Amino acid sequence: MTETNNFSKNRLVNWFKFSSPATFYPVAGKLIPFFWILTALFGAAGLWISFFVAPVDAVQGQAYRIIFIHVPASWMSMFIYLVMAAWAGLGLIFNTRLSAMMAQALAPIGAWMAFLSLWTGAFWGKPMWGAWWVWDARLTSELILLFLYLGFMALQAAIDNPRRADKAGAILALVGVVNVPIIYFSVKWWNTLHQGASVSLTKAPAMAQTMLWGMLLMALCFWMYSIAVGLMRVRTIILEREAHTDWVRQLNEVKN
Amino acid sequence: MSALLAMIHRDLLLVMRRKSEVLTALFFFIVVTSLFPLGIGADPALLRKIAPGVIWVAALLSTLLGLHRMFAADDADGTLEQIVLSPQPLVLLITGKIIAHWIVCGLPLVILAPIIGIQFDLDLSSLLVLMATLLLGTPVLSLLGSIGAALTLGVRGGSVLMSLLILPLYIPVLIFGAGAVYASSVGLDSSGYFSLLGALLILALAFVPWVSAAAIKIAIE
Repeated sequence: MTETNNFSKNRLVNWFKFSSPATFYPVAGKLIPFFWILTALFGAAGLWISFFVAPVDAVQGQAYRIIFIHVPASWMSMFIYLVMAAWAGLGLIFNTRLSAMMAQALAPIGAWMAFLSLWTGAFWGKPMWGAWWVWDARLTSELILLFLYLGFMALQAAIDNPRRADKAGAILALVGVVNVPIIYFSVKWWNTLHQGASVSLTKAPAMAQTMLWGMLLMALCFWMYSIAVGLMRVRTIILEREAHTDWVRQLNEVKN
Repeated sequence: MSALLAMIHRDLLLVMRRKSEVLTALFFFIVVTSLFPLGIGADPALLRKIAPGVIWVAALLSTLLGLHRMFAADDADGTLEQIVLSPQPLVLLITGKIIAHWIVCGLPLVILAPIIGIQFDLDLSSLLVLMATLLLGTPVLSLLGSIGAALTLGVRGGSVLMSLLILPLYIPVLIFGAGAVYASSVGLDSSGYFSLLGALLILALAFVPWVSAAAIKIAIE
């Protein structure tokens, strides 16, 4: 027992210290500009590569370039759901207020990414397949992911008591995480059985190195953007929920 | 075990005292399925093709109708608190409520389905497959639905919100259930679908009562 105590004292950073909104709020405020700068840097580099360096695709011409927005948005929409559920689970286990606030802050960003992915997918699909929408497994499961985000947000918005909203949302997010692979595979099998594979999204053509770099840089840009916006949102939520506390009243931005 | 049976008995008794609610859900099932031929046209070949999907979607919706009743009335009159406080394990009692819901809202669909299937010109073997998929699938619907019912307990706009939360989770059941009937109606092997439906049922039975019990405790506290 004493050993573990010593251990936690000897660590450089005690992570639980940051689970208090009062300590986290200023730290997040300092981190936000840093992540915005990274967003701008990665975005500039990624866009430069994707528009000026990456070659024109042999089959798809210029229109393929939407991939540099579309694929990062899809990745982020899935990844943010996992992160959101992880925060929600932490909140449920450790009963930390901040974890639930993080989950609440991330949900709209994830929903936005899922929407962006569907939207850019439609723009990409129209010139390539001649259709805005195809009942492909990936498209369908992305749509369902958007529904899961909307359900999470609707549940949190409908419950007045924030503590109950946090816990109910956490349960829903965890149930969703278990269901996402089941839904994905069921949609995939449904798709292969019900339709001839008129469009194959799964066989990615061998990609030029520069295209891959553009995509990775854009993914990093989206990642940093999500963190920056997530921190900004969580700061707002902290102010909203902790409005009754002294430390919030002492803040310069609140006093003025 | 006797607590489980007592809970099932109690819920069924309550339903029998007020039959109209249950009958409404069943009537809804029949009306919705009957609307499709009216909207699409009475071409038998087309009807045979859409029958599995239509019947399954109608089954999902009519199961939803009865879900808000699972905990809401007990919550309103304070029974649910007593259930949570009782010395019996909450998971067991919740399971009892889910089973009662299935007997009231799921089982009648299994029995009604062949009649609807005949309207859609399904052959005998497809009808049997339809009944079997509903028998395996509707308990999963009741189980998953109990999570939604528990999470939206006493929330404003609860039942609409519940559909929004639960319907996406129903998609795998819909796909495998309708897929099995469709496969059998075009002469393909449907055993794979049954294995998957069975797997969903086992998974749901193993985990959902605990999740619902946790959600009830959150709603009550």
